[in-house]
Amino acid sequence: MTLADGGGDLLGQTFVYLTAAVVSVPIAKRLGLGSVLGYLIAGVAIGPFGLALVGEEGTDVMHFAEFGVVMMLFLIGLELRPALLWKMRAPILGQGGLQVLLTLGAVAGIGLGFGLPPSEALVIGMMLALSSTAIVLQTLEEKGTSKSTVGQSAFAVLLFQDIAVIPMLAVMPLLGVAVENSGDPLWIETLPGWAHGLVVLGVVAGIVIGGRYLARPVFRFIAAARLREIFTAAALLLVVGIALLMGAVGLSAALGTFLAGVVLADNEFRHELEADVEPFKGLLLGLFFIAVGAAIDFELLANAPLTVAGLVLGLMTLKFVILFGIGRVFRLKLPEALGFGASLAQGGEFAFVLGSFAVQSQALPEDTGALVIVAVALSMLLTPLVLLFDERFVQPRFARLIDEPQTSPDLALNREQVVIAGFGRFGVTLLRLLKASGFEATVLDTDAAQIEALERFGHLAYYGDAARPELLEMAGVGQARAFVVAVEDTEKTYEIVRQAMKHYPHVPLYVRARDMAQAQTLIEMGCKVVERETLGSALELGSEVLTGLGVPANVAHRKARLFRRHEGRMMRELASLRGDDHAYIARARLRSDELERLLESESASEPIDGQDVAFDVEELLREVRDDEARG
Amino acid sequence: MPRRVLVLHAHPAPHKSRVNSKLFAALAGLEGITRRDLYATYPDLLIDVEAEQALLLEHDVIVFQHPFYWYSSPALLKEWQDVVLAYGFAYGRQGNALVGKMWLNAVTTGGGKSSYREGGMNRFGMRELLRPFEATARLCGMTFLPPFVIHGTHQLKRGDDVGPHVEAYVRALCDLRDEKLDPLKLRRHSFINIEPQATAGGEQ
Repeated sequence: MTLADGGGDLLGQTFVYLTAAVVSVPIAKRLGLGSVLGYLIAGVAIGPFGLALVGEEGTDVMHFAEFGVVMMLFLIGLELRPALLWKMRAPILGQGGLQVLLTLGAVAGIGLGFGLPPSEALVIGMMLALSSTAIVLQTLEEKGTSKSTVGQSAFAVLLFQDIAVIPMLAVMPLLGVAVENSGDPLWIETLPGWAHGLVVLGVVAGIVIGGRYLARPVFRFIAAARLREIFTAAALLLVVGIALLMGAVGLSAALGTFLAGVVLADNEFRHELEADVEPFKGLLLGLFFIAVGAAIDFELLANAPLTVAGLVLGLMTLKFVILFGIGRVFRLKLPEALGFGASLAQGGEFAFVLGSFAVQSQALPEDTGALVIVAVALSMLLTPLVLLFDERFVQPRFARLIDEPQTSPDLALNREQVVIAGFGRFGVTLLRLLKASGFEATVLDTDAAQIEALERFGHLAYYGDAARPELLEMAGVGQARAFVVAVEDTEKTYEIVRQAMKHYPHVPLYVRARDMAQAQTLIEMGCKVVERETLGSALELGSEVLTGLGVPANVAHRKARLFRRHEGRMMRELASLRGDDHAYIARARLRSDELERLLESESASEPIDGQDVAFDVEELLREVRDDEARG
Repeated sequence: MPRRVLVLHAHPAPHKSRVNSKLFAALAGLEGITRRDLYATYPDLLIDVEAEQALLLEHDVIVFQHPFYWYSSPALLKEWQDVVLAYGFAYGRQGNALVGKMWLNAVTTGGGKSSYREGGMNRFGMRELLRPFEATARLCGMTFLPPFVIHGTHQLKRGDDVGPHVEAYVRALCDLRDEKLDPLKLRRHSFINIEPQATAGGEQ
């Protein structure tokens, strides 16, 4: 039973990892330490120096889990429209470029001072210049500061670092003894330099062009199948495919998927893609952090505690000082520059990649490499603590310096004011009215053809099932000033309303109802504004019919409005009686009699519809005639 | 017993109002003063006559707060008069529901005070132009109080200019509520607010 054995082993491993995460992450969160530190501690706990539940395969797990970083970059790309990215070019090149060059130079210089050969000093400089995209972004997002000035600056630097990895990997072999026997060379490495460049350019162009022109029809075709899991599969396929492609031409997978994300940021399927990839990213990233924790070589730490401690401390201090300086040069306020420095002062996951590559190409002796990697891993472990310290003890001192939670206008996501779920014959009119009145709306619908039509007319529309909380979140319902539920399907309406009420009780809800019964159910659920989909137009037409029958146009219109007002009241009143059939029917009868009387005002002697009466009242005429007769 | 004050506000474009809306907003939360924004309550101009009549019965002082449109009120307030002040309710042999209540117009005009007089740009004085309201109040058996008038809102730009008017308005309504203003003595004045010394003290 090899299958069962293999399966058992895999399941066993999965069990260990999941248990570690499920136990330690909530505890860490409760203690205010953040999930990243929770995962890292879980990794230490199950690693070879803790309970030894995982051993050698930890490295494999880390390779696998690095894919979480790739997915994260894809998601970040999806949030960044090309125009937005272009606006960020100055901080990316300026802050990012300066940080990498200065740190690299400083580390290499110190290395030389300690008597390392120049090539080794340079390799270590490259390894340590990079920070941890995974830890920093995850932590910032958890703290809700990813859109702040500090968050934006940190992101710019991390983006530059991700780009910088490519040339670093390229020069690594030149610094060591070129090794040809480290496995088969990539086919692309056998090409001459110019051809290599062409292929890389071609692949990048392919992603851009494919994303712009091919993705849309393909996603539309898949969406038409109306199978959610297939769409999820397609989203994963896209990310995996691009990662493989980038690997094949020797580029960073993270950078490739980031590029793909940016290209797809304008796509109507963006929110659905985000919602689909997000949970995988979260789990894989968690796994990655656990693997980092498990990989920390505590034996090395125990053998040379002072050296390692010195390295970690030196590394973090140096990076902090450089980052702080850059922050100040780029006009960050003092507390912002401190936060900026604290968040990026660690070594990053790319150091592991560069490290193993450098050792392979003999650019770095194995023991030196191991030492650097332990220092990097420990600095990653310390980062959440440093940020916590910054948040609790440093930032409060400057509380008065920062007026409000600052959002940089460049990257503040342009969330629309209104979100409309469901775009059919009903939603279209609603949207047009909003647009004509100067309000922006984001539309969510499961019909790809509708979305396409909307896009053609220049509207913002996304494909996706609005009953999914992730999708609502991504469409910005939380920040919306109005959430309109205008889907046709009754059950779907209830589902969306339930989600919206649970997650966004503060956002005003406006709901389309199919008929009286559904409207009443919605009122019972707590919806304040419910409109029956055919009531308005039926009354409009009815008023036209009345006019055609000789009723003065304004009177006909008024009757329709009165009817509507009465219906609205009756609906609310009857909603409270539902379940009690007897009372319900009795009240309904009473109310419809009332309506009849109300509408019969023309013949009625008592002025129920006061508007019709004004001064032409029989009784008034009689009174006047009486007075005249007497006078 | 304090008088109960009902303020019927009629402004079709409150988002563009610089003075009138501030007057109305300042009344929020004042005890014994009921605010009713007619255009917000009846966006379709279809007035709920029964509800309006019930409100009238519950109050002693009815304030009609509106900008001066073509020497009268905005359309909805005219419609309100047409349908709410109905025969058999507000006038006619049986129509005495409003007898003894007070009627106050609180009006803002764009033009300055000097334009509302004989020989001025608008040819007539405010009291003259408000005669239809006065006559309506009289037919309903109500006491027509000297109106509260703010002239020259086109010239009022800064908040500082509006502030004293808002204060005067709140004070006038509170004094009416607290029976500090005697309608009989007020009759000697043309306006409830333009001669504040005379009105605030009450006694002469």
